[in-house]
Amino acid sequence: MADFETPKFREYPVVPELKPDAMAGDGPFVSRAEFDEDLGYPGEMPENWKEKTLDKMQDLLGRYRSFQVFMDSCIKCGACTDKCHYFIGTNDPKNMPVARQDLMRKVYRRYFTFAGKFFPKLVGAVDLTEDVLKEWFNYYHQCSECRRCSVFCPMGIDTAEVTMAAREILAHVGYGQKYSNQIIQKVYKIGNNLGLPGPALEGILEDLEEEVEEDTGVPVKYNMDKEGVDALLMTPSADFFAEPHIDGLIGYGKVLHELGITWTVSSKASEAANFGLFIGSYDNIQRVSMRIREAAIELKVKRIIFGECGHAWRVAYSFLNTLAGPFDFLDQNYPVPQHILEVTYGAIQEGKLRLNKEENDHLTMTFHDSCNVARASRMGDKPGGQFDIPRAVIKAACNNYVDMDSDTIKDATFCCGGGGGLLTDDLMELRVKGALPRMEALKKVTDEDGVTNVAAICAICKSQFTKTLPYYGFEMDAIMSVHQLVSEAIVMTGSEQEKELDGVEEEAKDTEE
Amino acid sequence: MSAFYALLFTVAFLVLVIGLAKKIYQYSRVPAPLKIPVTPAPLTKGGVAVRLAKEAILFAALFRSNKWTWLFGWMFHMSLFVVLTIHLRYFIKDVPEWLVLLQPIGKYAAFTMIIGLLGLLVRRMFVARVKYISSPSDYLWLLLLLVIGLTGVTMRFISHTDIISVKEFSLGILSFNWQTLPMDVPLLVHLFLVAILMILLPFSKLLHIPGLFFAPSRNQVDNPREKRHIAPWAAELEAEKNKMQPK
Repeated sequence: MADFETPKFREYPVVPELKPDAMAGDGPFVSRAEFDEDLGYPGEMPENWKEKTLDKMQDLLGRYRSFQVFMDSCIKCGACTDKCHYFIGTNDPKNMPVARQDLMRKVYRRYFTFAGKFFPKLVGAVDLTEDVLKEWFNYYHQCSECRRCSVFCPMGIDTAEVTMAAREILAHVGYGQKYSNQIIQKVYKIGNNLGLPGPALEGILEDLEEEVEEDTGVPVKYNMDKEGVDALLMTPSADFFAEPHIDGLIGYGKVLHELGITWTVSSKASEAANFGLFIGSYDNIQRVSMRIREAAIELKVKRIIFGECGHAWRVAYSFLNTLAGPFDFLDQNYPVPQHILEVTYGAIQEGKLRLNKEENDHLTMTFHDSCNVARASRMGDKPGGQFDIPRAVIKAACNNYVDMDSDTIKDATFCCGGGGGLLTDDLMELRVKGALPRMEALKKVTDEDGVTNVAAICAICKSQFTKTLPYYGFEMDAIMSVHQLVSEAIVMTGSEQEKELDGVEEEAKDTEE
Repeated sequence: MSAFYALLFTVAFLVLVIGLAKKIYQYSRVPAPLKIPVTPAPLTKGGVAVRLAKEAILFAALFRSNKWTWLFGWMFHMSLFVVLTIHLRYFIKDVPEWLVLLQPIGKYAAFTMIIGLLGLLVRRMFVARVKYISSPSDYLWLLLLLVIGLTGVTMRFISHTDIISVKEFSLGILSFNWQTLPMDVPLLVHLFLVAILMILLPFSKLLHIPGLFFAPSRNQVDNPREKRHIAPWAAELEAEKNKMQPK
């Protein structure tokens, strides 16, 4: 698998040279009928694929203003050309956002504009052929829909919208991506991306309860399908077993316990992630979202709280109310839905959580802003809360914190390299190369400021870092969950940590006097 | 010849207005079914207006992205705006005082416009990334605008045209009372290319002018938790679904 070279760190972040076709190829594994049919796709390519492709394109042009406007408004100024992490990592010019959009735009021009119909060469319009379709499949699966390019585009063109449209069109002619479609099917059949059945999940949660009680002496509950509790916790299924995700889940449990908020996960909706977003399918985003509504109703909860997951938070924050609302049956004193960081941050502000930062003194942290949280959602009641709240929580739990370079964080953050439905082994080369700009920024604070670890609030980022950090000479466990830091620092009422700490503090006072 | 130009401009004007109106109607009719502002985004409509104004007037995103492209692009657009404004004198019978005062500035605006265009052209020809994404039409637009600018400068500084007659000609088109146009080569080239530009605008990338304001990534208010946002076609979909309600 690993027959590629890990890119070298650049001495200065200069714009890379173009290497045409560096990433040409067949793209990720193609989906199969068994996965597709559940999602409403044909499963194999029909004879009249060309007609169907153009029909679907026309349909989407009439459904999404973004797609229609973005096809027209590009001026080819080049502002985006050096902004994509996949371009920086692979040097393939088709990974420049404008060139990626142009793969679709040149077909749009040929069939849907006057200039392209009559003067195709002049405006760079081409006929739709099977090769064009193959190129779409390959290069629209080299975009993680992270929206970094859109921040820099003078016209606000969001390549993610074009990528989503392309994937939706491809899926409608039986040319979907296996990884995403198989996962969505698992959500429908089993309830989560990883295919963890209810009983297995229950076992894991019981183990967690034991572990936490052993550690702290406090009987923190990790419930599944418990009716009548305060909150439904929607968290990515990776939180149930992957490292460092599960340490974050332990943290959510401790925080909610300390605040007296009772909660449960649902076996039916045991997944916050919504890969419908990645494949650009309104129908599938909605169908996946409806499980959350159904679970909230069945379990008679008053609130919905989301765990650390980037695109899940985008769908939850930006779309859930629209797709599965109105949520008038929930307690309107809380935002619907609410992010676990909003809960923790609010509690810290109100002085309801006791955090012993010294527990994390062996760490010097930095924070990786996850793309979907940074550029497609918000936390709290002010724009930019999605940047300030995670940092405030980390700083409340940890004494040593350093930000990475300002052009690699907040709304200019670089994708981890594995977002947007690309977190699959058949795209390992792309994932490693796409991680380059983030790894460079991390390397810099590691060398200059002694940063030891990086925290993230996205299951995909965490999995991607675990895999790619070693390629760049870091330890795989340098990536942490934000609530893992909280979990280490929290001093719950009545816990062993409280007894130990208060004892020590009194002694310290005595010696000072 | 004068009649040809008069007709050309009448057609060009109609194509421009109708073509642009059709496009704007299309953009306004296609729904934006989901909230997709690029965040951090404003929480109010007033905030959105400020965000769009910053993009339209200052090119804020481009400034963040690339200082050279911003410099040349902004210089060109702002100069063009001034140049267009001073051309109003050909369409207003009694020129208001502010427009008279603006005329000397126009002289310099023509030069800054040309410098901006040259900068953009050089960038397009010599920066590998920009060259890669350019089609023939991208160069032709710059050349077209350059020739329009250069012929304008020629008339102003080198070979003067009888601007009184030009004004009579343009006012004549407006009132369908066609007048004779002076037969100077720079003027004829200048006007011909302007007409071509007007005719092609609704079919080209010059649609970025309305497009800028219709981008949902920039023109949406960030309030999805407070307000549902249902597109007409999505509402139909929703009605079909048997929505689950608490008992």
